[in-house]
Amino acid sequence: MQRSAIKTWFVIHKWTSLVCTLFLLLLCLTGLPLIFGHEIEHLSGAEPELAPAPAGAPLRDLDEQVRTALKRYPGNVPLFVGWDPEAPTMYVNTGARVDTPPPAMQTVLLNTLTGEQVPAPQFNEGVMYFLLRLHTDLFLGLPGLLFMGAMGLLFVAALVSGLVLYGPFMRKQRFGTLRTGRSRRLAWLDLHNVLGVVTLGWALVVGLTGAINTLAKPLEQAWQSEQLGEFAAAYAGQPRPTRLSSLQDAVATARAAEPDMRPAFVSFPGTGYSGDHHYGVFMQGNTPLTERMYRPVLIDAQTGALTARPQLPTYMTVLLLSQPLHFGDYGSLPLKILWALLDIMTIIVLVSGLYLWFKRGSTATRVAEIERAQTQELA
Amino acid sequence: MKSPFVAPAWIALASLVGLVSALLGDGPYDVVSWVVFSGLIAVFVRAWIRRDRR
Repeated sequence: MQRSAIKTWFVIHKWTSLVCTLFLLLLCLTGLPLIFGHEIEHLSGAEPELAPAPAGAPLRDLDEQVRTALKRYPGNVPLFVGWDPEAPTMYVNTGARVDTPPPAMQTVLLNTLTGEQVPAPQFNEGVMYFLLRLHTDLFLGLPGLLFMGAMGLLFVAALVSGLVLYGPFMRKQRFGTLRTGRSRRLAWLDLHNVLGVVTLGWALVVGLTGAINTLAKPLEQAWQSEQLGEFAAAYAGQPRPTRLSSLQDAVATARAAEPDMRPAFVSFPGTGYSGDHHYGVFMQGNTPLTERMYRPVLIDAQTGALTARPQLPTYMTVLLLSQPLHFGDYGSLPLKILWALLDIMTIIVLVSGLYLWFKRGSTATRVAEIERAQTQELA
Repeated sequence: MKSPFVAPAWIALASLVGLVSALLGDGPYDVVSWVVFSGLIAVFVRAWIRRDRR
C-alpha cells in the first residue's frame, strides 16, 4: 500500500476510533448486564417465575383484564397489552393520556388465567432500566438516541479502516501472531489486531444494527404517517372514539385472520402504533425469525370490524430484524454467554486502542511503522 | 505468502453464518451458532497459547 493511502486510512482509523471509543466503552459495559437482563430479573425476583398454563386452560376475558388493570391506576387509559410467550402472564400498559411516553407509563402484570395481579416492578424503574437508558439514549430521548447511532456508525468506520490497516501490518506475519516478549507496545498492537479481526464480523453487525435501532422512533413515525395514514384517511374529521369495542373480540378477529400466528401485543387507538381509530393487533410467528416479523392486523375500535392486514414496509422489517441481531437474545443462554465473551473481547480492543493512542508518536512515525511492517518484522 | 485478508474474510463469513443460523430456527440452528462463535473465541485462545514470548 502506498504511503499516502496508509496515511489516509490511519487518520480515518485514529479519529473515528477516538471520537467513539468512550461511548463504545459505555455501550459495551452497559450492554454486558443487558445481555442477561431476562436472567438477572428472574434471579432478582423482578420477573416472577410462574408455571406454564396447562394446555387448553380457559383464559380470562381480555376486557376484564384491562378493567382490572385500570382499577389499579384509576383515571388512566389503556395503551398496550402484551403477552409473555413463556409464562401465563400479560401486561397492561396504562397512562394518563393515550400519548403517554414509555418512561411515564404504569404497567400491571396479570395472570392470564385468573386475572390476579402478579407482583412485579414497573418496567421503567430499577437498575436494569437505568442501564438500558444509559445504553440507548443517555437519558436524552431522541437526540441521545441519534447521537448514539452516530457513534455506532463511527464504530463501523473504525472497524473498516482498522481492517484496511490490518493488511499491511500482517503482510509478513502469520495469522494470529502475538508477540508479547518484545516491547509492551508491540504486544498491545498484536492483541489489538488479533482480537479486532476475531470480533470483526460480529462487531460490524452489532454496531450496524445498534445504529439502525436508534432510528426506531423516526422509522415508526414514518410508517405511521405513510402506511397507516392510508387507512386513517377514511376516518378524516372523525374524533378518536371514546367508547371502544371489545378487545377480546378484536384479538379473536385477528387470530381468525392470521390462524398460523399468535398475538404478541395490541396497541390501543392514539398510542402511535395503529392510528386514532384502530386497535393494532400485532401477530407474530413461532420461529426465532418470524416471531420478530410482526404482522399488524388493524381492527376498527368502534365497530370491531377488520380493516386491514398491511405488510410491514421494508424499513420496518430491517428494523425488526436488527433488534435480535443487536441483542443476541435469540439463541438461548449459550449464545448469550458467547455474546458476552465477544463483548468483553471488544472492550479489550477498545482499551488496547486507547493504550496505543496514549503511547503514540507522530502520525508520520506510525505511518512509517505500518510501511515498514509491509516489508519486514516489527521489533 | 497468502493475502493477510484471507483469515479475516473466513472469520467474517463464519460470523455471518453464526448470526443468521440461530435466527432461522431452534435446536440444530442454535447449535451451529454456538459452535461458530465458540470457534471464533477458540481462534483467539489458540493465538494466546501460541504467543511468541521471545
